[in-house]
Amino acid sequence: MMLLEPVRDAFRALRVNIMRSVLTTLGIIIGVGAVIVMVAVGAGAQAQVAEIINSMGADLLYVFPGSTTSRVRLGAGSLPTLTEEDAEAIQKEILEVQVVAPYIRGRGQIISGNQNWSTAIIGVTPEYFEAREWGLDNGRSFAAEEFRGNSKVVLVGNTVAQNLFPGQDPSGSIIRINRVPFKVTGVLQAKGYSMGGWDQDDLVLIPMAPARKKVLGERALSGRLVNGIAIKIKMPDLVSIAEKEIRELLRQRHRLRPSQENDFWIRNQTEALETRAESSRTMSLLLAAVASVSLMVGGIGIMNIMIVSVTERTREIGLRMAVGARRRDILMQFLTEAVALSMIGGLIGILLGVAGSMVFTAFGDWPAIIQPSAIAVAFTVSAAVGIFFGFYPARKASRLDPIDALRRE
Amino acid sequence: MTNTLLKTEALAKDYMLGSETVHALRGVSVEIMRGDFVAVTGPSGSGKSTFMNLLGCLDSPTSGRYILDERDVSRLTADDLAEVRNRKIGFVFQNFNLLPRTPAIENVELPLRYSGMQRSQRHERAREVLAAVGLQDRIHHHPSQMSGGQQQRVAIARALANHPVLVLADEPTGALDTQTSVDIMHVLQRLNRDGITIILVTHEPDIAKFARRILRFRDGRIIDATTLPDCAQPGAVEISDHPKDETP
Repeated sequence: MMLLEPVRDAFRALRVNIMRSVLTTLGIIIGVGAVIVMVAVGAGAQAQVAEIINSMGADLLYVFPGSTTSRVRLGAGSLPTLTEEDAEAIQKEILEVQVVAPYIRGRGQIISGNQNWSTAIIGVTPEYFEAREWGLDNGRSFAAEEFRGNSKVVLVGNTVAQNLFPGQDPSGSIIRINRVPFKVTGVLQAKGYSMGGWDQDDLVLIPMAPARKKVLGERALSGRLVNGIAIKIKMPDLVSIAEKEIRELLRQRHRLRPSQENDFWIRNQTEALETRAESSRTMSLLLAAVASVSLMVGGIGIMNIMIVSVTERTREIGLRMAVGARRRDILMQFLTEAVALSMIGGLIGILLGVAGSMVFTAFGDWPAIIQPSAIAVAFTVSAAVGIFFGFYPARKASRLDPIDALRRE
Repeated sequence: MTNTLLKTEALAKDYMLGSETVHALRGVSVEIMRGDFVAVTGPSGSGKSTFMNLLGCLDSPTSGRYILDERDVSRLTADDLAEVRNRKIGFVFQNFNLLPRTPAIENVELPLRYSGMQRSQRHERAREVLAAVGLQDRIHHHPSQMSGGQQQRVAIARALANHPVLVLADEPTGALDTQTSVDIMHVLQRLNRDGITIILVTHEPDIAKFARRILRFRDGRIIDATTLPDCAQPGAVEISDHPKDETP
């Protein structure tokens, strides 16, 4: 009760100049609103990134053949250093590994009737589907004997299917891959875009043997060389340990001296996640800077209007002092008013921020996720701004001399 | 409890005005009994306002002593003075000094809030004193809905709220027409008859005549103290204006 009355007094005083009060809190409104919208948008973006990474596999490692330090560094994949034996060794010796899927990769022209499409061609083993957790939309996967023999069968990615067979089920059709006819057995599930922005569905999968012998064989992919190995780790937590062990194993197998650099690359998806996290941290920092400037400006606005208010109400302060208000009573009165003002701004800002987030969800590229913690922080900060910037005017009021104050017109 | 309510001993107040010292009050010694009704008069600059500020504990003297209700209050801190004002003194001002947009009852409750009284008790006490000044029908009216005389009655009720030992009225009729002034003075007289000590500052001789005693100030000193005969009080003022209807 003793607490409620000063609050009611504060609102009564603020109601006198509603327009002025609202305009004063504009800085706070904008600051708080902006924080809430941007945190929500950022959280939405991060959730989307997490989803993308999940689609690529958070527990997935890729090994690529790499450059050597011998003369010229040619970049990832430029040297034929990785073989199917490496893949088998990893499967056998690294305990954390669930499944290893070596593959070869190239580009080629695919023709179906009078349609054609240039896409990635990947020669895979049965493990590839398990490693990438990749199912089918239509048709069937390759049979075991199709992997063993030289069967010319193909699974097409979603993008390829849509371009070569718009609105149809391509299962059973014959397509030519680099002029070699292959039979389509099914369509892969859509995986969408990767974080790097490439279309994960713009490819076709064929068994390793025909890929090596008929389609991509003319390159330096003879023998048992591969373009990459996809490795699924048993648990995402084990990824970094497994990565270290795989690096050691491959260095040993490739007989690299300690002074030599790796002749392969290991990529993991968590690295990409970390990069994203890093950039979102930078973003948050920038946001915090913008918000604090806005709240600062809002706070100065409140201080300004409170100084005006103290001047306007000098007589009232004098009267209150005459009937027995102590300095701290006056201090609390004006501090309460300043905090009420900034918290009204905070509340309007929160409403605006929530509304803004909803608008973004309706029209933006990804849903904004409103963070309750951001709302709590914004509200607390707006109250703190009121206390901080309200203190000087309130102190000024409490230090008035009652005689001077009563005499003031 | 002695019969003396307040006593000043060589009370003096100097102000610095630029580099010059102004001797606003040059040693005033006076004793006022409980139940007295004193009018303080004098031309402007005579020191009567300074004297009233000191009596009202709004200010501290440069030298001398002020004993109010058996306590020396001449050297107190700002907050201690605030408490003395709150507990012992009621103020009535020329321009009423009511809080705008605040109902009469809350204006009257204001001193009680600062003394920490419970809300229900405050309401009860505020109704009581508003009834005592004849405003029991207007407790929820705002100052802007009341006439000058009614506003001053609210101010008097506020001054009485905390059972003060002393009511200080600084030109209480200065903003009122003659008839209303007489009404207000009658209210003060009635309160005085009920035992409340009143000190009134006025420059109008007709208003001063409502008191029992008149102190005349000049150049920071009391130059004359007159005790008025009782019979002079009730009809002391010639009413020249027509009475005005107070209801707005």
